[in-house]
Amino acid sequence: MAEYIIKNGFVFDPVQGIKGDKSDVAIKDGKIVSDVSKSAKVIDAAGKTVMAGAVEIHAHIAGPKVNLGRIYRPEDKLFTCTATKGIERTGSGNSIPSTFKTGYEYAKMGYTTAMEAAMPPMFSRHVHEEIRDTPIIDEGAFPVFGNNWFVMEYLKNNEVENTAAYIAWLLRATKGYAVKVVNPGGTEAWGWGLNCLSIHDPVPYFDITPAEIVKGLIEANEYLGLPHSMHIHPNNLGNPGCYQTTLDTLNLADGYKAKNKFGREQVMHITHMQFHSYGGENWGNFESKATEIMNFVNSHKNLTMDTGNVTLDETTTMTADGPFEHHLTGLNHLKWANCDVELETAAGVVPYIYSPDIKVCAIQWSIGLELALLAKDPMRCFITTDHPNAGPFTRYPRVFKWLMSEKARNERLNTFKNADKVIAASTLGSIDREITLYELAQMTRAGPAKSLGLANICGGLKPGMDADVAVYDFNPDKPLADPEMIETAFSRAAFVFKSGVQVVTHGDIVNTGHKRTLWVDAKVKDNPQVMRDIKEKFLKYYSMTQANYEALGHHFVPNPFALEVDATQA
Amino acid sequence: METVTITMKNPPVLYLEAEHVCPDEFAGKTAAQIAELHVYEGNTKSTLGKYFEVSGNAGATAAETKIVVKGDVKRVKYLGMKMSAGEVVVEGSTDLYAGAWMSGGKMTVKGDIQAFAATGMKGGELIIEGNAGNYLGAAYRGDWRGMSGGKILVKGNAGSDVGMYMTGGEMVINGDVDVHLATHAEGGKIIVKGNAPSKVAGQMVEGDIIIFGTIDVMMPGFKYVDDVDLEIEGTTAKFAHYIGDTGERHKKRKGQMVYGNLYQKI
Repeated sequence: MAEYIIKNGFVFDPVQGIKGDKSDVAIKDGKIVSDVSKSAKVIDAAGKTVMAGAVEIHAHIAGPKVNLGRIYRPEDKLFTCTATKGIERTGSGNSIPSTFKTGYEYAKMGYTTAMEAAMPPMFSRHVHEEIRDTPIIDEGAFPVFGNNWFVMEYLKNNEVENTAAYIAWLLRATKGYAVKVVNPGGTEAWGWGLNCLSIHDPVPYFDITPAEIVKGLIEANEYLGLPHSMHIHPNNLGNPGCYQTTLDTLNLADGYKAKNKFGREQVMHITHMQFHSYGGENWGNFESKATEIMNFVNSHKNLTMDTGNVTLDETTTMTADGPFEHHLTGLNHLKWANCDVELETAAGVVPYIYSPDIKVCAIQWSIGLELALLAKDPMRCFITTDHPNAGPFTRYPRVFKWLMSEKARNERLNTFKNADKVIAASTLGSIDREITLYELAQMTRAGPAKSLGLANICGGLKPGMDADVAVYDFNPDKPLADPEMIETAFSRAAFVFKSGVQVVTHGDIVNTGHKRTLWVDAKVKDNPQVMRDIKEKFLKYYSMTQANYEALGHHFVPNPFALEVDATQA
Repeated sequence: METVTITMKNPPVLYLEAEHVCPDEFAGKTAAQIAELHVYEGNTKSTLGKYFEVSGNAGATAAETKIVVKGDVKRVKYLGMKMSAGEVVVEGSTDLYAGAWMSGGKMTVKGDIQAFAATGMKGGELIIEGNAGNYLGAAYRGDWRGMSGGKILVKGNAGSDVGMYMTGGEMVINGDVDVHLATHAEGGKIIVKGNAPSKVAGQMVEGDIIIFGTIDVMMPGFKYVDDVDLEIEGTTAKFAHYIGDTGERHKKRKGQMVYGNLYQKI
């Protein structure tokens, strides 16, 4: 493989504590190395910013509900098609881009790893077919467990070991990466026309509460010692006053300590916190509770989170929180799609327009930024848009601009139609913090990589790590004349390397690299009871056979990368 | 106002996508620059000048630019798309999406027009001297934002699904329409001087529809209210007034439920 040396850039690497020093990054055989030979190709990064490839911890980019969005929103493709260019294939879509466009857009922004945040296990084959067709970026997928019949039956009887054995089996069958929980219990209750809006609402028939599901899954996750922690979308998303439910959920992690060999310290990752930080009793007195939420997160080291920033675009919401999507279509009267996934989960899809002229949307925008700016430890608070729920991932550079420039965000805040009411509903207007490039590297690289258990693999530029490197046309030594320069620079990286292959040059795709599928291979003690339960459920309830369930082989996972854990001695 | 005339000289084998034939795109350009604007024939990108002879320079702005399209453009799509001002005159018949998303100015088609004309139209005026196709003034596929402003006049007949998801503006059709008139309409006004076969205004929640001719089968969601005298385009007559679609959700305004109004001449 080729050798490269990226010379004279301003390097930001939280893994090694490098804060903008002018130095060189050497690449050999797909890895970062300390030195290369004289024949190495020189990349001139003078006057530019150099970071590790960014790591996306939570986005909906592959699988049946994403595709449902593509199918039922042809208008999302209108005027957003891109023609073939060089080796780039055509693409289409804005909030739900086609697979190829997804890979290209991430790579062009300097992202090299991304996690699909909700994989319905029964449709893992579809998820993996889309992952396979998304070029360049390494991807993993989180199967959903929070409304799964096996999990609820085992945890009702406190059978953590059986839950863990089932998780290990399912991760292997679906080539999954982590334990995802969406509206625990609530989505199953939706099958009965109900919901779980607090952590103590019992799930119909199963007679278990969301609190018991969450604690049980944390215990099973740590029993296995998985790379990532339990990753949760709590109950009561998106409702005024929901922050109380969020605090109750965060409290469930109290007393648990991470147990794993990957350097992960948290036991719970709370995703798209923006949607869970709402105060008020109705949409009229809707307000931010970001301060209360961040006080809690800042003081609890066993938690990590991502923001879910609203980008003020027309987008497509999609979640395994089926009841929420039904609630949303009742609010905006736009088209609604719903899908039930047998014993496992459900999903809903509704288009949404975050209009800057609507007070609630502008407050949601404020909350997302407020959360990131109130975070004391950028290694535990990551930037996302919960793509496409709060906005398309292609808007990350704009979110960075708002976070890195007080001027840019105040310009936006002060020109909302209901500016006075919006400013009064959060503390954003009084925050003068500007996220630094080093903090940005923590919030988009080192932090999410560590939370995912990938700290030794990506998110940093330490010799031995994968050579995922992004070089941006951004000179941190020069005074920032215009905040737009941030958005421009981070929208199209000058150079991007993925596992040592130069994939982007001056914003154009030049190579599609060797994209990998990340999954977790967890070994547990033989568990005949769980194996028998699985067999029985397939015979009695599933509409497919067990033999057709697994995502196996080259067609689904052509280039797997397994992280191994051994829980046989646990 | 400056006039640019484009005349079809070399007809395409496949359908031609010519969205740049629009006063906004032509504005400030010379005939030679206009001939360089790109078009697609199938997946092949080429220039307007390959197919059309271009004469005359455009005005400085769209408002000062008139485009006259001559020759056989039955296989040309997107004429006048997204125009915001100025004028477009098509002397013959044209294909899909003519005047789609137009927001101002005036477009006249002397012949017939195919489907999706004035899709998502926001303003301006579209006059079709022949017949119009399906989905006139409707929303784009999947979209819920149909014609929201402006005026359309069809001197002949119109096809099916006219005014689907219409939210505003006015449409007059001198002839007949086909099925599914104003499905999902949430505003606007449609006057049909001829007949409408069936499925008129299904799922309509707001807006006005006036039919001078017959409706073969009335939607079951429409309820007869009373007979009213109306003056429509200079004609005063008695109309039967129906409200609907009663199977849909309806907004309340000032304590009153808002319905779609359907008037049929008695």
